[in-house]
Amino acid sequence: MAIYKEEAIVLSNEKLSEGVYSIVLKTKDIAKEAIAGQFISVYCNDSSRILPRPISLCEIDKKENTIRVVFRTVGKGTNEFAKYEPNTKVTVLGPLGNGYDLSKQYDNVLVIGGGIGIPPMLQLAKNIQGKKQIVVGYRSKNDMFLYEELQKEAEVFVATDDGSYQTNGTVIDAIKENKLKADAVMACGPMPMLKALKEYCQKNEMDCFISLEERMACGIGACLGCVTKTKKKDHHSKVHNARICTEGPVFDAREVEI
Amino acid sequence: MNTCVNFCGINFKNPVITASGTFGSGQEYSQFVDLNRLGGVVTKGVANLPWKGNPTPRVAEVYGGMLNAVGLQNPGIDTFCKRDIPFLQNYDTNIIVNVCGHTTEEYLEVVERLASENVDMLEINISCPNVKEGGIAFGQDPKAVFDITQQIKKIAKQPIIMKLSPNVTDIKEMAKAAEAGGADAVSLINTITGMKIDINRRSFVLANKTGGMSGPAIHPVAVRMVYETASAVNIPIIGMGGIVNYEDAIEMILAGASLVSVGTANFMDPQSTIKIVEGIEDYMRRYNVSDIKELVGAVHER
Repeated sequence: MAIYKEEAIVLSNEKLSEGVYSIVLKTKDIAKEAIAGQFISVYCNDSSRILPRPISLCEIDKKENTIRVVFRTVGKGTNEFAKYEPNTKVTVLGPLGNGYDLSKQYDNVLVIGGGIGIPPMLQLAKNIQGKKQIVVGYRSKNDMFLYEELQKEAEVFVATDDGSYQTNGTVIDAIKENKLKADAVMACGPMPMLKALKEYCQKNEMDCFISLEERMACGIGACLGCVTKTKKKDHHSKVHNARICTEGPVFDAREVEI
Repeated sequence: MNTCVNFCGINFKNPVITASGTFGSGQEYSQFVDLNRLGGVVTKGVANLPWKGNPTPRVAEVYGGMLNAVGLQNPGIDTFCKRDIPFLQNYDTNIIVNVCGHTTEEYLEVVERLASENVDMLEINISCPNVKEGGIAFGQDPKAVFDITQQIKKIAKQPIIMKLSPNVTDIKEMAKAAEAGGADAVSLINTITGMKIDINRRSFVLANKTGGMSGPAIHPVAVRMVYETASAVNIPIIGMGGIVNYEDAIEMILAGASLVSVGTANFMDPQSTIKIVEGIEDYMRRYNVSDIKELVGAVHER
């Protein structure tokens, strides 16, 4: 699949909750090629910050040729992005990574997002044709970005760290509390959540596809900065270390040792 | 206008090559860069057997640069010869294979295996700061540099470039030792050992604690070391360290480098190498430089 380096244009920038921003970018080719679960590398306009930031695609509009990214401000780069006004030009590279494979039909899929892993689940939920339910984990009631939008795609179950909305606890607690049954899980979120889901799915004999995150440099598979341990020998170096940016970010949970 | 460089008897169409470890074996970047337009491609370090590398996080950004502690993950020489060399042979560019090892024997095994391969030069990595044994251990003692250079030179079929570490008191001594050992050229600088601490977690950002710093912030250090080395040895120099644009490349050439390696800049812009090639050509036209040779080491006192 082709990767494009483009000057994208900011169409809108909106604050969704404390430290969480939503930017819509007009692209030339990226939106046309992109699928759910892929990401883009966003270069800072301040060139002292030399590495692009990998950010997952929250929405892909192929008709309008736009992509939407929803991110949390965690450092200087994302704080720069948060200040972008409409019409700002941003250099981006993408679409990157493999994305979710939707070729296999399931009876019911649980689409699960935790924290800033929630945004890619919106496009994924849109693209899953069969039965699906969404489970999301937020810090608290005041932090529930994208909740209404997710509700348009499927029934949404919420877990909050502080118990201020629906289930008190993790997404696994929400699955158990609501007695959700499915034959596959597709997830993105913090590592403890992904580890718990991997284990839960193994025990319950469900397929489980998880999207991993790692600090990256090149974003295209050359530098070997972002790797995850794998069961099988990886295709590139044959040392059980697959590149998250290229072979991932979405992996079959059975194939990664996290 | 002549941008060609004769380097150790090998013709480079221009002085711009890639820096080991930042460009894979060219495959990933070939979708952004016409490799035919580069003077050469320096591959990621390859060892006798596959290496797993270090745990993650392996990279971190710092002001004006980055740290990496990838730890030379590589598929080993067998896969490399089957996959990477044939790929690069599709292009009209020089192939420089970066060789790494934990022990002298491991380096020699790779060099011997490459003797029958169609590659143009070998760059011997005796300066990787991210592996515990080998790597930099060979590059911080002039005696060790001399010994390993001499042993590799005995069996190498291609010209050898010794890649030097800046993490030494006097890089001139290392360059002289490489020259005395029979090196055809030296390349410098490898990364500068650094460290980053996450103040919120009060822990090291890199799993390896330390990492090699690269990027534009280290460029002045590299220029100084290339200049000093050029005054100390008679073998040609590949200059690298923080080159992100043609100005940086010209500076490095004026300091005494015959070729320049572009590394971290590829992460900042995948088309950096080509832009630098074009920028050098423009500079030569602007200053009426008919042969790039005129610029090598041409810096003079005010």
